[in-house]
Amino acid sequence: MRFVPLSSPPPGRAALVTLASVAVALALCALIFVFYGVSPAEVYSTMLRGTLADPTGLAEVGRRTIPLLLVGAGLSLAFRAQFFNIGAEGQLLLGAVFAAGTALFVPLPGPLMLPAVFVMGFLGGGLWALIAAWLRRLNVNEILSTLMLNYIAVAVVTYLIAGPWKGKDVRGYIYTDTFPGAANLPVLGGTQVHWPTLALGVVLALGLQWLLSRSTFGYALRVVGENPGAARYAGLSTARIVTVVALLTGGLAGLAGAGEVAGIHHRLLEAGQISLGYGFTAVIVAWLARGNPALCLITAPVMAIILAGGDLLKIDLNMPFRVVDVFSGVILLCLIASEVFVRHRVQWSRA
Amino acid sequence: MDNVFVEALVRALAVGTPLLLACLGAVINERAGIVNLGVEGMMAVGALAAFAVASASPDANLWLAVGAAMLAGAALSALHAFATVTLRANQFVSGLALALLGTGAAGLLGKRYEGLPLFNKVPDWTLGGLTISPFTVPALLLALGLAFFLNSTRPGLTLRSVGENPAAADVLGVNVGLIRVLAVLAGGALAGLAGAFLALSYRASWADNMTAGLGWIAVALVIFVGWRPLRAVWGSLFFGVLYYLQFRLQGNSPVPPEVFSAMPFVLVLVVLAVAGRRGQQGDAPAALGIPYLRGER
Repeated sequence: MRFVPLSSPPPGRAALVTLASVAVALALCALIFVFYGVSPAEVYSTMLRGTLADPTGLAEVGRRTIPLLLVGAGLSLAFRAQFFNIGAEGQLLLGAVFAAGTALFVPLPGPLMLPAVFVMGFLGGGLWALIAAWLRRLNVNEILSTLMLNYIAVAVVTYLIAGPWKGKDVRGYIYTDTFPGAANLPVLGGTQVHWPTLALGVVLALGLQWLLSRSTFGYALRVVGENPGAARYAGLSTARIVTVVALLTGGLAGLAGAGEVAGIHHRLLEAGQISLGYGFTAVIVAWLARGNPALCLITAPVMAIILAGGDLLKIDLNMPFRVVDVFSGVILLCLIASEVFVRHRVQWSRA
Repeated sequence: MDNVFVEALVRALAVGTPLLLACLGAVINERAGIVNLGVEGMMAVGALAAFAVASASPDANLWLAVGAAMLAGAALSALHAFATVTLRANQFVSGLALALLGTGAAGLLGKRYEGLPLFNKVPDWTLGGLTISPFTVPALLLALGLAFFLNSTRPGLTLRSVGENPAAADVLGVNVGLIRVLAVLAGGALAGLAGAFLALSYRASWADNMTAGLGWIAVALVIFVGWRPLRAVWGSLFFGVLYYLQFRLQGNSPVPPEVFSAMPFVLVLVVLAVAGRRGQQGDAPAALGIPYLRGER
């Protein structure tokens, strides 16, 4: 078996390969469900019926789309610059921490509160990602550093809610006091869809797409990602571009964290409750979109269906929530394994 | 005073054993040029396979359990080998997917074993007054053996050549793809063995997320020890001591417990930064992380 490079891959090929790899992934997951002892048909129909054919389910999908869109759009940019940020989970948490700190302890007049919460959320996530960008200058692989920073972020959140920020209204659980009303985001009637964050996500995804494909910075970013040698020759500073990318991608994850606490929970609470693994799922959102922030407008809802569907499997079929990790892992594996088929065709003869 | 040191050593050896096993496995596949970040996932499926087989064989066939764990780890790593060697996929992202899939599948399929006791725990050894797991001694011997294999044997040289300069090895008639696949499988088997230690000896039970980040520490440890098996012994002992301190200092100090739970991860960062700053890449294989394609420059 040999891979023959295609000089000009037809335009639809990437989309076709992506769809095929998702189909293979769903088939592989079905195999695992058979091992577990449930019928794959039951799993998939439960997920689809409960998310798309049901208004409450649809709202749950919408709620999960928001962080996935923000984080995924940011990660698209990072991956295009070959900055493999796996730490969006931690950046999201730090965004939530900064947002919560602002909401709880900074006395601001009402109309200024929400903008401040978002700005601080952006800063929290951005600064957390900057640590990894800085470590990269010291030759520390960012996959490892951002991952370690995830674990450290969890410890930071736990420390704050169990220690100095511990709230008064505690019944067995640890969390902070409730935010003042001015720091609560409006939601679409009766749901947990905090629409200002959703609007922010749509605008930023389109904005980042513009930045990536139309601006000078985006051009430099793509050169650094696709051909580091040429970038060096052209005098582009990889370190500087990676720093900006880290700030943006971490900042967007931070915005997602701010949205989760200000839009849904109205307090800082345990890490596992703030994020349902959005940081990792967003890696797939960005990869499915093949590094195009605007395409995350499609891929984020797709992965949100899997997250919301995972919740249904837990309730309806009594399956552990780990099922979501199985989906994520298999889809990601199939996606990157199929990458070679985008630019190559297979020749079934010996060279 | 003596007791504290003995206790520290015993504990450090216990936590250090899975770290050492997984790290040695990663040394093998990285020396062949393939990074596999999926150690956490391979350890998880190894632990589950060991526990499942050990509970299904009441006559305590622990060899079978250990074999199943190594097989499970290798089977999961085979996906990585296929994706990265055959399909030349990005090794870092493939490894990440493996970590997700492995911990996810183990958590899902292991649900039915949660909270069950293991009746045939591997009995500990007593050596000169020290209580140690029987997994520890083979792990140490393996480090010695691997150091000898890599540095002093012809197959070891072949393995290293595939990681340093696959094109040159190819010209000399080495089957680069085959060696890399075998190295990835060996890495998976050892990560599975590390999982077996957790489920059969260290905890003697199965719980979701029982690997608790040890796999990721092992991945970082490979860089820390400069891809050298003998230094891996000291490296894993060092992190073992750190875990002991985390356990020991918790509760009886004014420092909040979260500081101790974050400490291993902070230390990994510091250690990587110091090693990176000194430009000390140890024996980092030159072709590490780069897919090999015959005829490409």
